[in-house]
Amino acid sequence: MSTVRITVGTRKGAFILTSDEKREHWNIEGPFFGGWEIYHITGTPTDPNRLYASQSSGWFGQVIQRSEDAGKTWQPVGNEFAYQGTPGTHKWYDGSQHPWEFKRVWHLEPSFTDPDLLYAGVEDAGLFRSADGGKSWQELAGLRAVKADLWQPGAGGMCLHTILLHPDDPNRMFVAISAAGAFRSTDGGNTWKPVNRGLRSDGELPDGEAEVGHCVHSLAAHASRPNILFMQKHWDVMRSDNGGDVWHEVSGNLPSDFGFPIAVHAHEPDTVYVIPIKSDSEHYPPEGKLRVYRSKSGGDQWEALTDGLPQHDCYVNVLRNALSVDTLDSCGIYFGTTGGQVYASVDSGDHWKPIVRDLPAVLSVEAQVLS
Amino acid sequence: MIRVTLPAHLRTLAQVNGEVHLQVEGPITQRLILDKIEANYPMLRGTIRDFNTKERRPFIRYFACGQDLSDEALDSPLPEAIATGKQPFRIVGAMAGG
Repeated sequence: MSTVRITVGTRKGAFILTSDEKREHWNIEGPFFGGWEIYHITGTPTDPNRLYASQSSGWFGQVIQRSEDAGKTWQPVGNEFAYQGTPGTHKWYDGSQHPWEFKRVWHLEPSFTDPDLLYAGVEDAGLFRSADGGKSWQELAGLRAVKADLWQPGAGGMCLHTILLHPDDPNRMFVAISAAGAFRSTDGGNTWKPVNRGLRSDGELPDGEAEVGHCVHSLAAHASRPNILFMQKHWDVMRSDNGGDVWHEVSGNLPSDFGFPIAVHAHEPDTVYVIPIKSDSEHYPPEGKLRVYRSKSGGDQWEALTDGLPQHDCYVNVLRNALSVDTLDSCGIYFGTTGGQVYASVDSGDHWKPIVRDLPAVLSVEAQVLS
Repeated sequence: MIRVTLPAHLRTLAQVNGEVHLQVEGPITQRLILDKIEANYPMLRGTIRDFNTKERRPFIRYFACGQDLSDEALDSPLPEAIATGKQPFRIVGAMAGG
């Protein structure tokens, strides 16, 4: 029987939730790294015992942790993230230029084939690569050659928060940055192209169709169709059918097209999930109802999934890395809230239950099936 | 022998209990102590001072003998009581309310 493992990063530590494939009863371990912010904790596809965690604090900076025994014990590995060359400046909140400064790792993305190879998305926005299991990190500085002086921090900081690797082609990858946009590399991360055509940010940018500067909140793709991308932008849910060359809006009948995470069903490439938030000035669900929205048509037509979720007086947020799916036949969907709840659906979103209710604010959720 | 106290989170990270004891020679300065700590406990590199600039992280303070030495020059001699091990050199996480 398979085991499902949910790794949860929170404002005050990490938690590991495990269950058998029925996903009825969960074992909750943690907190790991209690008191530290865990922006991301994730397993590796090729070695279920190998976990990586991004541990940070306003006092003590960035630490990267690695486990070889599924989270029972951890060892700090390399935490030196040095931008290549003279990092230069980016646009600051007041329009002036501000020096690039490393703050933290938002996202860790292990490769599909090698447990020692992984990527880190950091704030101030940059992409780093480690080929030795996190011991050392090298910046893929070609990304910042793409008009980085025009990138600017969103309210959450200027973070590289999403890394999408191609399942078969190690040279092809996408990243997303707030507030710079989406970028594509076809040479293993050495050079990059902005892929933001079709995005409209009229309320946020002087030129709403600028090549860079868009506040992309997250990207998702199905492994079987890696060139069809879905995006939750600051406002607007978007889709590209050509690897990001052009995007079109698929917000359709959503009650709000603002939100943070987006995910694709494990077995149905046209089934997409978002969690609408009322607005960028009110980071809580519309009408106080926590609703996951599912489209089975690749966007535009959305249905509210509410069974088991609070439908009144709910004012939590769901952050960009806090939605994940498992790969069991009956696809599990999981998300965590800033109120500390982790909700699970074992039937593609039809019904929901909380796994745990009172964790610190959840920053990230990752699901992995261990056979 | 130099005695150093670390904040609780850094003791956990370095897997030490209580004070850290350092064997160092020569005039005792902040730089000498911090270099030795990072050499003995490499997992603490970057957590007390910046990797590249070697500047103290903003919310770290250095206390000793009832004084705040955080803004003293890195190469200034520390008080005799630190050099003799009579008093600990205290690395402290700054107060932050909320």
